[in-house]
Amino acid sequence: MALTEQGAPAGRPDRPHVFWTMRRRQLLWVWGFLAVPVLFYGVIRFYPTGHAFWLSLTDWDLMSDPSFIGLDNYTRLFADPQFGRVFRNTFAYLIMGTPISLILSFIIAYALDRVRFGHTFLRALYFLPFITTASAMAWVWRWFYQPAPIGVINDFLSGFGIPQMAFLNSTTWALPSIMVTAIWAGLGFQIIIFMAGLRAIPTTYYEAARIDGLGEWAILRRITLPLLKPTTVFLVVFSSIGFLRIFDQVYNMTTNDPGGPLGSTKPLVLMIYQTAFSSYQMGYAAAQTVVLFTILLVVSLLQLWILRERT
Amino acid sequence: MTTASAPTPTLAMPRIHPGRILIWTALFIGGVIMVTPLIFMFSTSLKTAGQVYDLRMIPASPTLDNYVKVLSDGRFLRWFLNSTFIALAVTLSNVFFDSLVGYTLAKFRFRGRYFVFLAILSTLMIPTEMLVIPWYLMSAEFGWINTYWGIMFPGMMTAFGTFLMKQFFETVPDDFIEAARIDGLNEFTIWWRIAMPLVTPALSALAIFTFLGNWTAFFWPLIVTTSQELYTLPIGLSSFAVEQAIQWEMIMTGASLATLPTLLVFLLLQRYIVRGVMLAGLKG
Repeated sequence: MALTEQGAPAGRPDRPHVFWTMRRRQLLWVWGFLAVPVLFYGVIRFYPTGHAFWLSLTDWDLMSDPSFIGLDNYTRLFADPQFGRVFRNTFAYLIMGTPISLILSFIIAYALDRVRFGHTFLRALYFLPFITTASAMAWVWRWFYQPAPIGVINDFLSGFGIPQMAFLNSTTWALPSIMVTAIWAGLGFQIIIFMAGLRAIPTTYYEAARIDGLGEWAILRRITLPLLKPTTVFLVVFSSIGFLRIFDQVYNMTTNDPGGPLGSTKPLVLMIYQTAFSSYQMGYAAAQTVVLFTILLVVSLLQLWILRERT
Repeated sequence: MTTASAPTPTLAMPRIHPGRILIWTALFIGGVIMVTPLIFMFSTSLKTAGQVYDLRMIPASPTLDNYVKVLSDGRFLRWFLNSTFIALAVTLSNVFFDSLVGYTLAKFRFRGRYFVFLAILSTLMIPTEMLVIPWYLMSAEFGWINTYWGIMFPGMMTAFGTFLMKQFFETVPDDFIEAARIDGLNEFTIWWRIAMPLVTPALSALAIFTFLGNWTAFFWPLIVTTSQELYTLPIGLSSFAVEQAIQWEMIMTGASLATLPTLLVFLLLQRYIVRGVMLAGLKG
């Protein structure tokens, strides 16, 4: 009624005279919904990203004010013998861990997919380690790797007359030992994803192949594996990123000397952690995170590129 | 019936090939190897210090003494409650915000939609490790070090969850939403009462993933907590194990306490968890 008084010509409130149109009201809702999230992503994701890049160009040690030192952190990093070592360790986790875990999980998923009897039970056995806490299981594995009277694995080996292995105390075997723990923890996830990928392949393909007289092996090579490629690529990237960022297992399995013995198991993330939170060289640590970011970015872009090739 | 007249073979054996039995056995042995660490962990937690060297899987005289000892100092309970509270709060926040943003991006046409989507998606590329130093400085500035909020704030929303929910909201027919609009429901109610119930499988997948991820989170809580009262279970366990030195039965009891709750939840909800992981893994 109040509206009609000021609405000059017509007796009814005409649409053009209403400021809050349906469209405007909707826009208000939209930005109302997005307000907090946009703020969150700005303050908790984008600003810190920029800040990390900026810090990587300074020599900040928390004590004095940060001063700009250009690319000095990066030149220092690439000349740092510890970084060379850490870089090699990190890629050792990746280069051994990813193929081993993928091949194992594919074989298990492929077999498990055909099993009807006790399927849920078997699947649970493989999946259980994935939902455990890394820091708890790292300690269990650490105990497994102990010398004979107490260490389960050495005890088992000595039963066959195999000499004791130093495992976590050996500069050669410590890294593979930790890697086994990490593979063990991640295997269940990869199996489940492979199984989902296998189920997504239409059965008609298999039926057609059987009619054409293809054997099991040929079906696997010509139908299953090619159609599974997106799943495989996803898992390669997922697992690679996991190994490049390995930390929990290493930290908990080498608490006396994190990354030891003699730095032989230290991955990049542990070096970052120590540089930032043990020696408080924030600028130097930030430069290391930028390097990690670059490596991960390359891996992710490779995935996109490989998947684009396909279509 | 014709089949009934034929002599039924004792059990329906002929269909089972020896190869199948072999595969099943191999899978079973592999599965047992996978859970061996868990079995040893539990069995050792039931042994006394003197029995630890006896590597029998089933302890000769199981005792709960270790549990009584570990639980009686109260810290484990505290860490357990901390972890539970933090994981629940972060999960609720993700279920709310990720789906709200996912819905908005899927179901509204507005200027800047694509930009917002790309911006959020691009944060997937940024590793946590790169953000922890700025987060730490931010927390120091605002006094968030050693607070629940300090542990939780980085994960309150995730690009992964937003992307997952957007994918699922796109499958909700526009007609439903349009009909609700004509009925005069406001946009928030439409989302909450009409759209959300249609994507419950995705919501449970998101909830499971977020809860598990935060329950087992280690890196950031390690950095941002400084006092034992604020430790989450993984951090508490790690410090507990260090202080126990080589008292393996105590360490295994702690590890069991950290693992048992998730195992119980898994055994109860196995179907949903596995389905959730499949869903999240394939769509994400």
